[in-house]
Amino acid sequence: MTNLLQAPARLALAGLLVLLAGCDTVVMKPSGDVAAQQAQLIVASTLLMLLIIVPVIALTLLFAWRYRQSNASATYTPDWDHSTRLELVIWGAPLLIIIALGALTWISTHKLDPYRPLDRIDAQRPVAAGTKPLVVQVVALDWKWLFIYPEQGIATVNELAAPVDRPIEFRITASTVMNSFYVPALAGQVYAMPGMETKLHAVINQPGDYEGFSANYSGAGFSGMRFAFHGLPDADFGRWVERNRAEGATLGRVDYLKLEQPSEREPVRRYAKVDPKLYPAILDRCVDGRQMCQSQMMAIDAAGGLGKGGVQGVERQAWRGTQRAVVAAMCTPADPYGTQAAQP
Amino acid sequence: MSDHLSTLIFGRLSWEAVPFHEPILIATFAMVVLGGAFVLGAITKLNAWGTLWHDWICSIDHKRIGIMYIVLGLLMLLRGFADAVMMRAQQAVAFGGEAGFLPPHHYDQIFTAHGVIMIFFVAMPLVTGLMNYIVPLQIGARDVAFPFLNNFSLWMTVGGAVLVMLSLFVGEFARTGWLAYPPLSGLLQSPDVGVDYYLWSLQIAGIGTTLSGINLIATIVKMRAPGMTMMKMPVFTWTALCTNVLIVASFPVLAGALALLLMDRYVGTNFFTADLGGSAMLYVNLIWIWGHPEVYILVLPVFGVFSEVVSTFSGKKLFGYASMVYATVVITILSYLVWLHHFFTMGSGASVNSFFGITTMIISIPTGAKIFNWLFTMYHGRIKFEVPMLWTIGFMVTFVIGGMTGVLLAVPPADFVLHNSLFLIAHFHNVIIGGVVFGLFAGINYWFPKAFGFKLDAFWGKVSFWCWLVGFWVAFAPLYVLGLMGVTRRISHFDDASLQIWFQVAAVGAGIVALGIAAFLMQLWVSWRNRAALRDVTGDPWHGRTLEWSTSSPPPDYNFAFTPVVHDHDAWYDMKQRGHQRPTQGFKAIHMPKNTAAGVVIAGLATLCGFALIWHMWLLVGLSFAAVVAAAIIHTFNYHRDFHIEAGIVERTEQARTRALAAAA
Repeated sequence: MTNLLQAPARLALAGLLVLLAGCDTVVMKPSGDVAAQQAQLIVASTLLMLLIIVPVIALTLLFAWRYRQSNASATYTPDWDHSTRLELVIWGAPLLIIIALGALTWISTHKLDPYRPLDRIDAQRPVAAGTKPLVVQVVALDWKWLFIYPEQGIATVNELAAPVDRPIEFRITASTVMNSFYVPALAGQVYAMPGMETKLHAVINQPGDYEGFSANYSGAGFSGMRFAFHGLPDADFGRWVERNRAEGATLGRVDYLKLEQPSEREPVRRYAKVDPKLYPAILDRCVDGRQMCQSQMMAIDAAGGLGKGGVQGVERQAWRGTQRAVVAAMCTPADPYGTQAAQP
Repeated sequence: MSDHLSTLIFGRLSWEAVPFHEPILIATFAMVVLGGAFVLGAITKLNAWGTLWHDWICSIDHKRIGIMYIVLGLLMLLRGFADAVMMRAQQAVAFGGEAGFLPPHHYDQIFTAHGVIMIFFVAMPLVTGLMNYIVPLQIGARDVAFPFLNNFSLWMTVGGAVLVMLSLFVGEFARTGWLAYPPLSGLLQSPDVGVDYYLWSLQIAGIGTTLSGINLIATIVKMRAPGMTMMKMPVFTWTALCTNVLIVASFPVLAGALALLLMDRYVGTNFFTADLGGSAMLYVNLIWIWGHPEVYILVLPVFGVFSEVVSTFSGKKLFGYASMVYATVVITILSYLVWLHHFFTMGSGASVNSFFGITTMIISIPTGAKIFNWLFTMYHGRIKFEVPMLWTIGFMVTFVIGGMTGVLLAVPPADFVLHNSLFLIAHFHNVIIGGVVFGLFAGINYWFPKAFGFKLDAFWGKVSFWCWLVGFWVAFAPLYVLGLMGVTRRISHFDDASLQIWFQVAAVGAGIVALGIAAFLMQLWVSWRNRAALRDVTGDPWHGRTLEWSTSSPPPDYNFAFTPVVHDHDAWYDMKQRGHQRPTQGFKAIHMPKNTAAGVVIAGLATLCGFALIWHMWLLVGLSFAAVVAAAIIHTFNYHRDFHIEAGIVERTEQARTRALAAAA
């Protein structure tokens, strides 16, 4: 009998160890307030559900054992198949749990909406009125990450930094395919999509070096599409910015078009100066100046479109050793995005 | 031959498409050739070509078609599982300086193929096969409503599987993930044939699936035995009905989404491109409007299997039949209102995300009710731990954990940190293996004696069960933990060495599952060898409760000599209780459909057309498409579609059974 019990006991111990291992991880013990609230939500939801899962598993094993064929002393009622009271319980108990969980979901989804500016630094400290978040423009390239800091006028590739306890506002897009911007220690992920901008608000509470990566498969170089995220005290962040200014090159449209070419496991790159129109042009999909910007296309369509004449503007342009169909750029009087600069 | 002409004939196919430089593929190819030669040789030696062609390939008998679906599913399981083993092996070794044996180009095809094969060519054929075999028997029908269509559906599904397998040796498969999200699957990012293999194989198999769905709905709605009102249908038939409603309503969405992507790739439209106004988000929405119901298409029928098994092996009526039926219908409807939970991270507003999160959670209420119903069926029962019942208890314990992690993922802020992680992978394997696969094995063990007249060996069945159960947990518990460590899916190489031990444990788990599959094959072999000892002449080896157990095992071509009359949802149990006497005289001729080669011919031509489209062999595209149309039209002129089994033959068949029953008694 002891032998019989030893095996399940060992299994249970192994399961417990796995559970403990799961608790001491970056997702469950993150360093940013948003991720911390998300981890708490995981714990709360799981406990709520265990209220019903544990009894079900226990009853399954108990009934299987108790009503085994060889146990002739157990009650046997072959035609018993209905009990209104039991039916009420088996529909009602899950319903109650889901009502509780649904309320939790509604509240937490709104509170932790990535688009919503933060109202607290952590559980104790609200965000002071008038605090401006650090804006970081994130571009997922094939297969590396470009981070532009408009306030500081700098940019980096595959390295991200932010001052501790200052709200960060990420604006996220991509050059060609869909990726997902994710720093587990900081906050949940949001997709990076070409021609679209998504947002993520977050804050890092503890200084340290963390990992970020793409969480959505994006092709051959996906496995290496990782970056370092440094949470830095204010002074260190200032030094980090200065270092970029001192060591960095300039990032204009022509440089971007070179950077944007597919490459894998890129080392960190720094840019001291960034064309402020670059990110809007990336989002508008007209960095190379030969293609009509999406905003212009949408303006034309909003005004009723060009009808069949619109086809005239479609042409095939060379792209990464092949060709792609685009709407050719229009002449604009003021050349608002400085597109001439990018002409080869 | 001029270049122009050779392009017209061969398109972009050349010798370079054959992967001579890939030792893994060459070895696989050699094995396939050897295995194929062995099978062909065996068929020739046994002089079985005629039987194979006339009685199987051309058969419109739902029982034979059901068996062929299941054979297809089991064969493809071996391929899909080989992919799984390669992924586990790669991830167990590819750390730091060690690149592993699969470069991304190969690895990315493998995880794509694994997903596509396991869902479309393993789970779907196995589920469809079970429904095909069992549903007409459970409702007291002689065949499905459209027997020829049934044969055609099977061969279209096989055609899709053939194209996927062909991509191993001619060209390559998609490197996009199993749902082929654009822009990655668009022409600019994936110009080669991989995505085209993906699209055409799914389109061709999808036609088969959709037609099979229509067929089974018509069968269940129109062909039930007298007395079998909707609320007297067996639960498996109910779940089959709901599943086929889901198929008919959702597969056209898949076909539409894939057709738009095909147009982007073949005729230069821009539905999903990043430029020219296309939106990839549209594809993601469309594919999941199909994709989420698909999950229930797979799991509802196995819920039906578990209901039959639990009731039979507890020796009790199913607890809460009506609430089981309502739960199934509620799940069917709700499954259309949850698709967005697959991409909360796309950045929809908080209200949209909460709506889809909460609808997802609501599904757990009817699902929970089902679990409780099985639980209270066991309560006050007399449980026999035969192999199907073991799978069922294993399912109940495993599936609730998968359900719990699923509801967790339905909480949007929790999903933001767990989406696309190995936690998600662990979750859906937890419900698909712990639910669908366990249910299919329960069903195969349960109904095998009905189909072949002898039981499956219990010892190897138990070995298989325990290997799968333990192997599943050893393989996927580490993935839950890795997900909480922030590890993402579809990665072929890692830098962080501290993760390696978890992947090694998971690889051991995959090895244990491999033993489970081997034990199942062993079970089939041992049972075949001992078939005399395992023989069941009663037709009712488990003391079953539904009509399929009232006829012989295997059932005669016509299923029932007389159409049974039904008074209860456990019709056969009810008949036995009331002292049913098997009629032994007064047989009449039975009207039956006739076998035809049209299904396999048209599906073969459609597959050829798909192959030609993949390789841009425009001449062959035109010819094969014309041939498909011509063959379909010619088939409409075939007026010899039915025949009568003469009363004398029915009488002889039934008398033989009477003698066998008497001898057994």
